[in-house]
Amino acid sequence: MTEIPVEHGLLFAAALFCIGLVGVLVRRNLVFMLMSLELMLNATAFVFVLGGALHGNADGQVMFVMILTLAAAEVAVGLALVVHLYHRHRSLDADRLDVMKG
Amino acid sequence: MGAWLAWIPLLPLLSSLTLLLLGRRLDERGAALFGVGSVALAALLSLVAILLFVVSDGTAWGGQALSWFSALGLEVGFSLYFDGLTAVMVGVITGVGLLIHLYSVAYMSGDDGFARFFAYLNLFVAMMLILVLAGDFLLLYLGWEGVGLCSFLLIGFWYRVPENGYAARKAFVVTRVGDVALALGLLILVQQFGTLLIQDSVGQAQLLWADSDWPFWVALLLLGGAVGKSAQLPLQTWLPDAMAGPTPVSALIHAATMVTAGVYLIARTQGIFLLAPDVLQLVQLVGGLTLFLAACSALVQQDLKRILAYSTISQIGYMFFALGAGAFSAAVFHLMTHAFFKALLFLAAGQVILSLHHEQDIRRMGGLLRPMPFSALCFAIGCAALAALPFTSGFYSKDAILLQAYAHGGAGIAWWLALAGAGVTALYSLRLFVRLFLGECHTAPTPDNRWPMRWPLALLCLLALFGALIPQPLSDVFVSVPAGEQHVSWAVHLAVLLMPWLGLALGLWLLLRGEDLRRRFAGGILARVWRTGWGFDALYNALLVQPLSLLARLNRRDLLDLPVGFLAWLSRTCHQGLSRLQNGRLRQYVAGIVWGALLVLAVVL
Repeated sequence: MTEIPVEHGLLFAAALFCIGLVGVLVRRNLVFMLMSLELMLNATAFVFVLGGALHGNADGQVMFVMILTLAAAEVAVGLALVVHLYHRHRSLDADRLDVMKG
Repeated sequence: MGAWLAWIPLLPLLSSLTLLLLGRRLDERGAALFGVGSVALAALLSLVAILLFVVSDGTAWGGQALSWFSALGLEVGFSLYFDGLTAVMVGVITGVGLLIHLYSVAYMSGDDGFARFFAYLNLFVAMMLILVLAGDFLLLYLGWEGVGLCSFLLIGFWYRVPENGYAARKAFVVTRVGDVALALGLLILVQQFGTLLIQDSVGQAQLLWADSDWPFWVALLLLGGAVGKSAQLPLQTWLPDAMAGPTPVSALIHAATMVTAGVYLIARTQGIFLLAPDVLQLVQLVGGLTLFLAACSALVQQDLKRILAYSTISQIGYMFFALGAGAFSAAVFHLMTHAFFKALLFLAAGQVILSLHHEQDIRRMGGLLRPMPFSALCFAIGCAALAALPFTSGFYSKDAILLQAYAHGGAGIAWWLALAGAGVTALYSLRLFVRLFLGECHTAPTPDNRWPMRWPLALLCLLALFGALIPQPLSDVFVSVPAGEQHVSWAVHLAVLLMPWLGLALGLWLLLRGEDLRRRFAGGILARVWRTGWGFDALYNALLVQPLSLLARLNRRDLLDLPVGFLAWLSRTCHQGLSRLQNGRLRQYVAGIVWGALLVLAVVL
């Protein structure tokens, strides 16, 4: 099994992060925005794992597990908010929800 | 006599405060009870005071009711002074004031500002009483400014009409010019004598100022104050506009009492004026000119109340003329009779105006004799007294002025003006009566015959007819001016007696035969000049108002304001820009974060 160069991993993470970012920017549905956010989180988590593998250290994987739980918690809260917002406004369009500005 | 005299002004003052604080809660009956009741009590008290004064053989009383303040060695108290002059003034103010208050209850009923009206009117009576009861120049000044304030408030009483507010401001500003002069005069007195007690300073002036320039300047400054308050040349322009106020206000403030405050001031400080014969000459000239010019203006006015306003200026001109000629008691005598008949005329005019649904233009009046006989009678008596027809009160006072002035100084320019003015007065009185009550009926009246409005008028009719019989205890007040060597011949008597009749005859001739002449005159340039009050308004407008507003316009963008204004502009612009960023669009926030992060990265790397 050949070693994968670290640049490839980083490029992959960056591509994943940018896909997520573009998703957040261009999608208007809140659910899709949450999903894109997950993508961005996973891209960063992947960099941790990559760093851990590079240095032969377990800390990167510990960090990944923590980000996983964090993402789960975030999605739980986020989805609850989405459900509530849908009840309130009958829409999940982020642009139409700008009435909530402070 | 005693400190209880202070209750005479205090009662209306307290009532005014009550009405101002509780006015919204009181209905009209309650407000009228306070407003009229307090003045009635004050009138009763002043009647007691006058009676006590007469019983005590006219000894003047002076004393301090309360201490006000003391600073830099100057003790100022609420000092009161009561002598014959005060007695006359207090009698006129509370007596005529009470009648006008009673009339106002009917006149103002139904108005939204009923309680406010009586609050202001009571405050005015209180301030006017303070003015005449004051034994101290500062207290006098307090009353002086107080009545100016009330005049301002009441001219602009119907403040929703912009013209009324303008008239009120004009009256306030123009009289303020005179008030500054008065304040300067009082300051000189304090600086010279260290006291503000009127009797003390006047007495000291006579002792110490026998041959100095001070009396000239002080008298001139006092005259400036008097001229402003009494609407004499050159500060007369505010009074015709002051007619914007309710008619009872015009009767009380702008005919009977406040505008005569200037006469009172000069009479009160007679001692200083006698030391300055030049200024006395000036007073006479101002009075003579004013009375003639205003009488001419009254001849061509189209507005009922403006006619009466110009006639008031003219009659006060007579008082000034008398003061200047040394006929002090005649001036005060005319002050009293004028208060009676001019209040009568104004109140009767108010009745006419109310019956014609607030119509004031005499061109649309006429033929009111049949529908409104009572008002016609009041007007007839008032006009007769104004024109000084024999056996009315105005006859005695105007005769006294003209004859005494002749005896003191002979026939100067001012005297001839005053004599001619008597003829013009009769002419415009006749015109007023004829235009209102004779001829064709242009506007159908709905006569208002409520008795509360009528019986003050009836009493004033009696006063206008027989008011001259009221004795005036003035002999101890005024230093008798040495009568001139002029012998008053029978020709002078005859001329003074005949002058009003001459005016009436001219008027009748014009009425019956001179229709052509009347029409040509009314369209002529002279009538136009007279109608605008000899163009004084235009003159002051061009000379003072326009340059000032031009300066204000030029300086609207204040240079000193620029740095401060820039700061305000900066923070406002930043605020607007930042608040536009917070638009609630989640995706734009995200983009903002991304750009920010990129920027930070670019800087760091």
